[in-house]
Amino acid sequence: MSQETARVNESIFTPFNVISGIIIIAGLIVTVLRFTKGLGAVTNLDNNNPWGIWIGFDLLCGVALAAGGFVTSAACYIFGLKRYHSAVRPAILTAFLGYALVVLALHYDVGRPWRLPYPIFISQGTTSLLFEVALCVFLYLSVLFIEYSPAALEWLGLKKIRSMIVKLTLVLTIFGVILSTLHQSSLGALFMIAPSKLHPLWYSNYLMVYFFVSSIFAGLSMVIFEGTLAHRYFHHKMDETHLKESKDVAFGFGKAASFVMMGYVGIKLIGISIDNNWHYLTTGWGVWYLFELIGFVALPAFIYAIAVREKNLRLVQSASLISIIGVVLNRFNISLVAFNWQLPSAERYFPSWSEIVISLFVVTLGIVVYRFIVTRMPIFYEHPDYQHDN
Amino acid sequence: MDTIFYTLQDFMIHSKSITYILIGGILIGLMLFWLFLTGRDEKKRTF
Repeated sequence: MSQETARVNESIFTPFNVISGIIIIAGLIVTVLRFTKGLGAVTNLDNNNPWGIWIGFDLLCGVALAAGGFVTSAACYIFGLKRYHSAVRPAILTAFLGYALVVLALHYDVGRPWRLPYPIFISQGTTSLLFEVALCVFLYLSVLFIEYSPAALEWLGLKKIRSMIVKLTLVLTIFGVILSTLHQSSLGALFMIAPSKLHPLWYSNYLMVYFFVSSIFAGLSMVIFEGTLAHRYFHHKMDETHLKESKDVAFGFGKAASFVMMGYVGIKLIGISIDNNWHYLTTGWGVWYLFELIGFVALPAFIYAIAVREKNLRLVQSASLISIIGVVLNRFNISLVAFNWQLPSAERYFPSWSEIVISLFVVTLGIVVYRFIVTRMPIFYEHPDYQHDN
Repeated sequence: MDTIFYTLQDFMIHSKSITYILIGGILIGLMLFWLFLTGRDEKKRTF
């Protein structure tokens, strides 16, 4: 009896559970502080810096890295690349959780969660970009929920509803691509209202194009990186088809990411040229800009290319990680580092520990829910009852 | 030495001239990169 108890205790207190448990408890404490004492009590935000890491990381990076959902489903269902079919469900799940957590994190910044439906149903600000973003995120989260639901319905054994939803796959994919194009670009366009605040190297009339194009390779890289982690921790959950297709997915997505990233470098140069901002490249800000563009876009694009040519899986996985860091760095630079660049350092923003705790809390919640779902539902394998149904 | 622009026309001619040349270079560069990227792909026979 005591041995059984010891075994149960041992299985509960794994390093993952302990660390995630601590982060979740800390996050819940800061949540109470945020919603009882206000933004001022837990953040370093002020009138100069009204958006901190809850927007810069949780929202901007969350949305960009969740782009794997629309990229993978478009590749499979619109472009007919059926050899990537096994990557669709994990990508849709990551995107669904990513967007759900973006909405959750937004509550912390906006406050008064009971008024969240107001911009959509009661007081539509149709001339505002934020309204467009809100509408797209609301609709796309709904689309992702429906796209993800067959996995949950298979798990629950609800065959009739599942077969009805599966018939909607193509329509939902098209809808997802349209909505993603709209709001990924709008998030960049949000910063076009502040030409005097954002450093000229990052500010451009093409910001919305940059955000959309970078979201494509962010999504592709995220699918590769997530696949790497999934193989490490959930290998036993994968069926033969998934294991067989995974290398092809990594090389195919790596090749696509490589070309898109080189195109992205090209349009960034065009942006500098059309505004004649070349002289900024020789300043300290220019070095930081080139560090981002060369070190985290051009370099991983080249690594991807070498990896695809050499069929080196490890190299593709490394490039995916560098690319993801690059996208996060780009969003941080635009929303935090190069924003308010002219202010004296004493007035610049640096996140408080409680803001960081909430960001960690949101990411941890995502990982815990992801783990709960993939260990129970048919995400990495096809459910035996529906194997010839896709 | 920095170029001095007296009118918007001057500025647009300067920046657009450089940009159009740059776009040409980027298009050629992207084609070459595509050839590098797909250089070792298995060739599909279409005949």
